[in-house]
Amino acid sequence: MSDAYQERDIELASGKVHLLEGGSGSDIVLLHHSWGSPGWLPVHAALAQRHRVIVPDMPGWGGSVRPAWAREPRDIAILCSHVLDALEIGPAALVGTGFGGYVAAELAAMQPRRLRALVLIGAAGLKPENGEIFDQMMASHRDYIEGSFRDRESYVAWVGEEPGNDVRELWDMSREMTARVTWKPYMFSRRLQPLLGDVTTPTLIVWGGRDKIVPVECAGLYAASLPNATVEMVEDAGHVVEIEEPDRVADLISSHVDGAGG
Amino acid sequence: MFIGYFTERPYQDPNSGYFGNTGRAVMDLGMSNGSYDPRLGSDLYNRYLDEKLYAEEMGFDGLMLNEHHSTPFCMGQVVNLEAAILARITKRAKIVLLGNILPIWDDPLWLAEDLSTIDMISRGRLVTGWVRGTGRESVAHNAVPPYNWDRFQEAHDFIIAAWTRDGPFRWEGEHYHYRYVNPWSRPYQSPHPQIWIPGVMSRNTVAWAAKHRYPYVMLATELGPTKESYGYYDEVAKENGYEAGTQHRGYLFKVHVDETEALADEAGRKYVQGPSNPFLEGNQGIVRPFIQNLPGLTQRNNLLPTLTSFAAARSRGRAEQFIAQQRARGEETTIPAPPKDPYADLTKKYSIISGTPKSVIKRVRHVLETLRPGTIFFWDGDGAMSHEDSMRSLRLMGEEVIPAVREISKELDLKGPFETDPATNETVDQSDTGAAEQAAAD
Repeated sequence: MSDAYQERDIELASGKVHLLEGGSGSDIVLLHHSWGSPGWLPVHAALAQRHRVIVPDMPGWGGSVRPAWAREPRDIAILCSHVLDALEIGPAALVGTGFGGYVAAELAAMQPRRLRALVLIGAAGLKPENGEIFDQMMASHRDYIEGSFRDRESYVAWVGEEPGNDVRELWDMSREMTARVTWKPYMFSRRLQPLLGDVTTPTLIVWGGRDKIVPVECAGLYAASLPNATVEMVEDAGHVVEIEEPDRVADLISSHVDGAGG
Repeated sequence: MFIGYFTERPYQDPNSGYFGNTGRAVMDLGMSNGSYDPRLGSDLYNRYLDEKLYAEEMGFDGLMLNEHHSTPFCMGQVVNLEAAILARITKRAKIVLLGNILPIWDDPLWLAEDLSTIDMISRGRLVTGWVRGTGRESVAHNAVPPYNWDRFQEAHDFIIAAWTRDGPFRWEGEHYHYRYVNPWSRPYQSPHPQIWIPGVMSRNTVAWAAKHRYPYVMLATELGPTKESYGYYDEVAKENGYEAGTQHRGYLFKVHVDETEALADEAGRKYVQGPSNPFLEGNQGIVRPFIQNLPGLTQRNNLLPTLTSFAAARSRGRAEQFIAQQRARGEETTIPAPPKDPYADLTKKYSIISGTPKSVIKRVRHVLETLRPGTIFFWDGDGAMSHEDSMRSLRLMGEEVIPAVREISKELDLKGPFETDPATNETVDQSDTGAAEQAAAD
């Protein structure tokens, strides 16, 4: 494990972007869930043993300036590609979790050659054919986040019985930014799937078998749309696979990124 | 003094299980419309229209309508339709919409057309009012909450332009886009109907109303905080170079009049016995904070002092903020238990005034002396009140309360917005009103 990381800011024309950075080796960039980046997680520490791990607050979330003009996840994806440019990261290994997976898929769709490896974990972005993406706007923060875990025990182990005020504030501010870009349609775009067929980037799709937020069927939809994708199910995990099974997910990401070369 | 009549038009279904004193509380946006009975709806819509007609006959200056969506506590969804009917079947009273929910309109040109049509059919009796809506409205019509305030302002600017600029013109705004604005209708009143802004808690909205010199109508807020909020309006008015007066102050409050104190007590209690209403203290039902307090719907830390009661805070999904404020002041931090007798509690603080004409007049005088509004609305016939309850009250209001309130308002010099023009503070020429023209046309 590498618990050492640092915080720093970079400047885009649209404003400051805050990020966490740790480890050394080939670069891996991780995009957080809609509820913001909660900090340096065990999965980051595990990956940082062999990689330089970069975890930005996406523009509008956490310590990054809000792009008030942004109206859809595609706008955030463009800004994230500017973050990669500003960090002078070549063809990048990009990992997106939940909403961050949606943004990562948009980025891949617009710039397939910008990425050398893509990992989508419980990614939103595609409309399920049967189920529905759980609507956080119609739930309390606590119910939504708790629903992201495999069960209450897992939630309490990570969050505690009651989230602290700093956590509530992070969730509250994050939800506002999420509403700004994906209130409707909620968490998917009909303009994403048609673009995925040309994304030849080696892609790993990771899903929790007990995901109650983004239906498991969406793993299959991504796999069917992306020409170079494989699926890894983590059967006993919820939506936040990377929090509940950090070592397993770190291994999956690391192997995939290493296998993709670059 | 402008005296108006209001009821929220509750969907009163005695068989529903959520009606009456012993009924279960309704969870906000938590009930299916599967049990909706259109025949009952038909009876109720017609009943409420009949009561409006009678209110005009009893001497009210204005008939107020409001709008909510997807809830049994208010049947006023397509409020412009009700207004259009009143435009034709009434003769004299103003039709006061408090109000259309601007941000949920994706096509405000349609709203501009609706309202100018109502103004023409009524021969200039429309008072238009605009609101930002509660969380429920943004959910029901799926308007993006963080853009609520921007859309409110842009829709306002657009409608004023559509009413006052000769078309065709083009509108390429932030939220609204038109290549051909040229509605084949213009408001009857020139330059347009008066605009009144109702509200309960947004400082932004008060400041915005004051900047535009639009009367601000406070909706059933408690007396102390209401007075403070008027004070804030006055401050902003001063900063904008004019003195706000009674013509800029409106107040809606619950008033029921009955033949005996016993009847008044019985009917008054029905205010809190209808379908739960998050804005009806004593019968708020189960409010889900995340629906009222949608992300970005109102700016944080920019609230009026009206959140001085836990009930008011809860109705807006601000219970946690209320408790945090209390903690910051070193006050009691627990959620207060609901009062054992909400009706008595509400009566004590003038939130409900129910009595015989004699006792009601005395208490209304207290409200007028405390707040000095130029516009008031009596909120009656609500909750579980029957048609008979409403009609008894309306008759007594017409016979005794309204004449007495007019005398009090003269004594206190409370001028309404149709006596003193809020846009100019000049006296309004009474001969130049739609009602006079209506009379001439009949």
